[in-house]
Amino acid sequence: MIEISPPSKKSEKNFTTRLESVDEFDRVETVGEMFVDRPKVSCLGVSVHYGDKQALFNINLDLGRNEVLALIGPSGCGKTTFLRCINRMNDTIEGCRVDGEIKIEGAEINHSDADVVSLRSKVGMVFQKPNPFPKSIFDNIAYGPRIHGLSGPKNELDDIVEAALKRAGLWEEVSDRLHTPATGLSGGQQQRLCIARAIAVNPEVILMDEPCSALDPIATARIEELIDDLREKFTIAIVTHSMHQAARVSQRTAYFHMGHLVEVGVTDQMFTNPRQRLTEDYITGRFG
Amino acid sequence: MNRGFSRTTGGKPLSSLNIRRQRAERRFRRIGLFGVGLALASVLFLLGTIFSSGYSAFWRLHFAVDIDFDPVLMNVSSDPSLEELRDVNYLSLFRKNLERSYPEVKDRSERRKLAQMFSESVPDVLESLVISNPSLVGSKQRIWVLSSSSAEMIYKGAAPRDIEEKRRVLTDQQLTWLDQWHGENLTRTRFNFRFFTSGPSRSPELAGLGGAIVGSALTLLVTLLISFPMGVAAAIYLEEYAPKNRVSEIIEVNINNLAAVPSIIFGLLGLAVLLNVFGLPRGTPLVGGIVLSLMTLPTIIIASRAALKAVPPSIRDGALAMGASPMQTIFHHVLPLAMPGILTGSIIGLAQALGETAPLLMIGMFAFVADTPSGILDQASSLPVQIYLWAESSERGYVELTAAAIMIILVFLVFMNLLAVFLRKKFERRW
Ligand SMILES: Nc1ncnc2c1ncn2[C@@H]1O[C@H](COP(=O)(O)OP(=O)(O)OP(=O)(O)O)[C@@H](O)[C@H]1O
Ligand SMILES: [Mg+2]
Repeated sequence: MIEISPPSKKSEKNFTTRLESVDEFDRVETVGEMFVDRPKVSCLGVSVHYGDKQALFNINLDLGRNEVLALIGPSGCGKTTFLRCINRMNDTIEGCRVDGEIKIEGAEINHSDADVVSLRSKVGMVFQKPNPFPKSIFDNIAYGPRIHGLSGPKNELDDIVEAALKRAGLWEEVSDRLHTPATGLSGGQQQRLCIARAIAVNPEVILMDEPCSALDPIATARIEELIDDLREKFTIAIVTHSMHQAARVSQRTAYFHMGHLVEVGVTDQMFTNPRQRLTEDYITGRFG
Repeated sequence: MNRGFSRTTGGKPLSSLNIRRQRAERRFRRIGLFGVGLALASVLFLLGTIFSSGYSAFWRLHFAVDIDFDPVLMNVSSDPSLEELRDVNYLSLFRKNLERSYPEVKDRSERRKLAQMFSESVPDVLESLVISNPSLVGSKQRIWVLSSSSAEMIYKGAAPRDIEEKRRVLTDQQLTWLDQWHGENLTRTRFNFRFFTSGPSRSPELAGLGGAIVGSALTLLVTLLISFPMGVAAAIYLEEYAPKNRVSEIIEVNINNLAAVPSIIFGLLGLAVLLNVFGLPRGTPLVGGIVLSLMTLPTIIIASRAALKAVPPSIRDGALAMGASPMQTIFHHVLPLAMPGILTGSIIGLAQALGETAPLLMIGMFAFVADTPSGILDQASSLPVQIYLWAESSERGYVELTAAAIMIILVFLVFMNLLAVFLRKKFERRW
């Protein structure tokens, strides 16, 4: 496991001096293994602006097949922004501009002709705060298959719902109350419901934005187990503020800092032997 | 409770700051309570006044008269045809019967005073009786007919009787007849159905609200059909699609301004544009409905936008991330959640429109329309305009009618607000 040492006064000071020299950051070159063979998703030179403010600078990063990639970094560094590029959710934000190349299975998705609806059926997303629809548990899961025409007769839909709930490890808890309001579930159950909802449409990639931030350790452990299971079938990118979680669930970890991708590495190696000073400060708890 | 807590903390006496804070708190609460009390009292006073002067309009005084359908008096053969019966002068039949029943009244002006005790509608009543049943000819009948408004006012106590004759609505002689008939059980009061079915009339005892109710309903229907879909669509566009830039800001400001424009301006607009330019028929529910829609639109748009804005963005994100198109997101998720607010706002807008008078006067919906309108292209009156016209009338009989009409419009408003509450409860999802 990784070691977390208490922040020392000295290194904190060092850190702030480095933070102030922003010019230096503008030339940040990502170090580490950001590219993989036959990537599922590949991002090349991705920059994002919110109005005049640039939130991401020239990000190069691949998501491998059947891999869990952890995105870590201090608050406001652009992890959510990056995640939302991959399913084009940034389109919904007024004034947000995404430049660069984003390919899924080699097909460019970041241009205006790309079909956003079919993209989002291939790239599911789980949000930081559980956001079940104010409908029944069944309708929550069935919504995606319904609008994408994945289901024919009613019993087929039943099967899809059951399979999704089973994969998300929620079936036992809710099988007897499928038609009760989803908002009546606990926070952890709601989050697993949202995961079930995302996998019900059989996506290829699942983006998770701090899925456990509102959950207790037991619910967190269940979701981590679930992520491990899901990896067999899906490619997963997960944003987390917990180093432990990143270490437990991911194969590779990417460290973002102020809109730059500072370092990408195999998780074990990154936590034991970070190559960048910034990364080291962050994961040893001297920052954030 | 609060006080007890502060008293015991640390066993120390209350600091002066604490005392002042609590006093301010109590004073503030009392001022609020006073405001609520004042508002309630004014509403009760208003309702009390209206009710006490209006409830009597819901019943009418009737007199019994003996009518001899004598073929000689009617100037027809003993087995008359319908044509003959239609040509009969029923006014003179009635007068002659009165002469027979009250032979002691000889003077011409006295006789006229006697006839004036009864409603002007008596000849019409006689005619319809005979036409519907010709076998009445040759028989004697006791018939209950409406009294005149003046007699009724005295009878109900709505007009003073213990004053000098020339200021009273009835003469001394008429007063004697009234008392005499009352003593002989020749008077009775009945529920005033006519009030809900007939149109306006020169005689207060015959006037009703039926035409105005239908006119208002048709106008409101047109308003609803135009302003609800347009308002909701506009709100959806502005809230969900429109880019947030200068243009949409200007539109927003103008919509808010539009909600504050005096209603008579909309009436002028209707007059100038709808009637004079487009040549739509004057004084019809169609034109009235269009004008009121313009007035109601801003209310509906503002309420709907607020309702749409209140839908948590996380629901939109969730739906979009599932691959729903923006339209699917709106119709499957956002609109159902916003519906209670939209409906409430729309109904409040329509309730405002129901009470609107000035614009309807401008576009000519004040015509004296005796018939109930049968469609949106017929000349029509409306509830508030009818109230306005009755309130203007000098005759005493219209006072109770005005108050009664206000009661009816209040009933409609209460009903609409209850509907709003009901719909909100029904569509509201507490989950
Ligand atoms: N809708 C927006 N409009 C303008 N700026 C935004 C918007 N969303 C994010 N930003 C800015 O972009 C930068 C990156 O934000 P982002 O949400 O991606 O951070 P994050 O890494 O997810 O942070 P956290 O860990 O707190 O969730 C921040 O500086 C933020 O202020
Ligand atoms: Mg975030």
